[in-house]
Amino acid sequence: MQALTAASHSGDAVERGPARPAGQLPATLTVVGFVALGLLALPIVGLLQRAPWTALPSLLGESAVLEALRVSLVVSVSAAAACVVLGLPLAIVLARRRLRFPRIVRAVVMLPMVLPPVVAGTALLFALGRRGLVGQWLEEWFGVSLPFTTAGSVVAAAFVALPFFVVTVEAALRQAGDELDEAAATLGAGAWATLAHVTLPTIRPALAAGTALAWARALGEFGATLTFAGNFPGRTRTLPLETYLALERNPEAAVAISLVLMAVALAVLVTLRDRWMPR
Amino acid sequence: MTVSFDGRVARSGWTLRVDGLDIDEGVTAVIGANGTGKTTLGRAVAGLDRLADGRLEIAGSVADDPAASVFVPAHRRRVAMVFQDLRLFGHLRVIDNVAFGLRRAGADRAGARRQAGALLERVGVDSAAWPRRPAALSGGQRQRVAIARALAPEPEVLIVDEPLASVDSSGRAQLRSLLGDSPARHVILITHDPVDVATLAERVVVLDGGAVASRGSAAEVTASPGCEWAATFLGANVVPGRAHGTSVTTEGGLVLAVAEEAAGAVYVTFPAHAVTLHRDRPAGSARNAWQAELRRVDVDGERARVHLGGPVAVKADVTRRSADELDLRPGLTIWASLKATEVTVVT
Repeated sequence: MQALTAASHSGDAVERGPARPAGQLPATLTVVGFVALGLLALPIVGLLQRAPWTALPSLLGESAVLEALRVSLVVSVSAAAACVVLGLPLAIVLARRRLRFPRIVRAVVMLPMVLPPVVAGTALLFALGRRGLVGQWLEEWFGVSLPFTTAGSVVAAAFVALPFFVVTVEAALRQAGDELDEAAATLGAGAWATLAHVTLPTIRPALAAGTALAWARALGEFGATLTFAGNFPGRTRTLPLETYLALERNPEAAVAISLVLMAVALAVLVTLRDRWMPR
Repeated sequence: MTVSFDGRVARSGWTLRVDGLDIDEGVTAVIGANGTGKTTLGRAVAGLDRLADGRLEIAGSVADDPAASVFVPAHRRRVAMVFQDLRLFGHLRVIDNVAFGLRRAGADRAGARRQAGALLERVGVDSAAWPRRPAALSGGQRQRVAIARALAPEPEVLIVDEPLASVDSSGRAQLRSLLGDSPARHVILITHDPVDVATLAERVVVLDGGAVASRGSAAEVTASPGCEWAATFLGANVVPGRAHGTSVTTEGGLVLAVAEEAAGAVYVTFPAHAVTLHRDRPAGSARNAWQAELRRVDVDGERARVHLGGPVAVKADVTRRSADELDLRPGLTIWASLKATEVTVVT
């Protein structure tokens, strides 16, 4: 109590002083904090504890799993590529242009991050489905129909993954500022040369991180894919869909696939940590 | 060939207004207190800021004229800039930083690196540093790299914003001589250093409150500086000499005691108000005293600026009252004194 009074007398001494000794933290807070940590860690432990380690190779070698793995790789890599191609210009516009309604634009960009994936899938269906807003013209003019195709899975995965790439890259662009771009201009570099030789190399770690995040999100996509692209083996049945189905048929296979997906997610996190830290 | 600037640059909250400024070939120093628009002037010439109205011509061609919808972008202007914060490319090696402009102008990698190497040698960056990243270099070395990078594409105009601020003292003389015979036909030197003005500038532009307060040769601007800040700044004495320990022998043979130790060719600077004048040989703490011939007295309000000849040309500021009391007039021989602690030695 005495320390607190003294601190408040000397203005901002509380903020500037060293961190409080742990003894001053309410004990309840610490306990609840560790309960929360347990909530996060428990499912991982549960999965590891149920892991059929010896049967793992044969479970993962099942043709249905291999098929889903192939679809998942095609879909997630294509979606990540789409995120880079579409997301990079969007991130640059967001970071460098003065927009009319920045809050609204930003909300639109972030929406897929908080939208329930099933809602995202439904929305996609009404926009790009056969009788959707744009979908009917795609069908009529190009004979293209997205729902229930691999391309549809890619669209669904890209839709939910895009904000992860855009937000990461935009933050890096803002942090880098346009000082180096100006320097490049005074040295005779036009807009494209500046982008290629200065801007993008400067934010390379963020480009890698954004791509990895978007890919990981696309790999795990379930709800939007199921709603918009369906569940057709060899075409739209990805690993998460296969996991869900396997849970009824063969729980051990579900655990095996889950382990693989979790290992991938952890690997992405570890690489990101390396990429994020400036060398 | 000139850079002619006539117009306004609007920044958030304030405006730089330049009425008919012609910047001729050679080195032009732009001086002024902080926030008077020096950097904005440079940025507008470089094409990083647009004119709100008016007209900017560089070497006979219009670079910016909003009324005629003409704006030549920065990368087509042949105006290079050494930024105050340097802005070296962190992802490129030192040699490739310097080669950057040459590559953009179409040189192949090997040719650009060869030229870049030659330039780095000229500015005094050791070849061991060429393959390293700028972050691995000292502040002074980075500054040299920035100057070499700006000179590489052989710009028509070179703008140097606070050029020697972070250079270690040993390199200043070398960089000064480099800027002095820069291949760029126009050098615009934004500076806070009286030595830069005294040793490099053929012309001086004084900015005050977002407008040109004075312009002309160093002597002309010193005679009518246009604002208090510039009067003080231009009142600084800059005297070349050779240092040995804590004394400096000026070119006129006068030996000045100084507070800092140094060796070799140096400049000593001291403000005009640090020089005091006496009818008789002064006694007391000022160890530096010499007899000088009084050449001219400029009276400006309550201040009198006294120009002294003799062993060394020096300006001294005294109050008008003491000028009257000492009965100062040209031709008089008078004692001048200067405290060692008022003298700054610049190597």
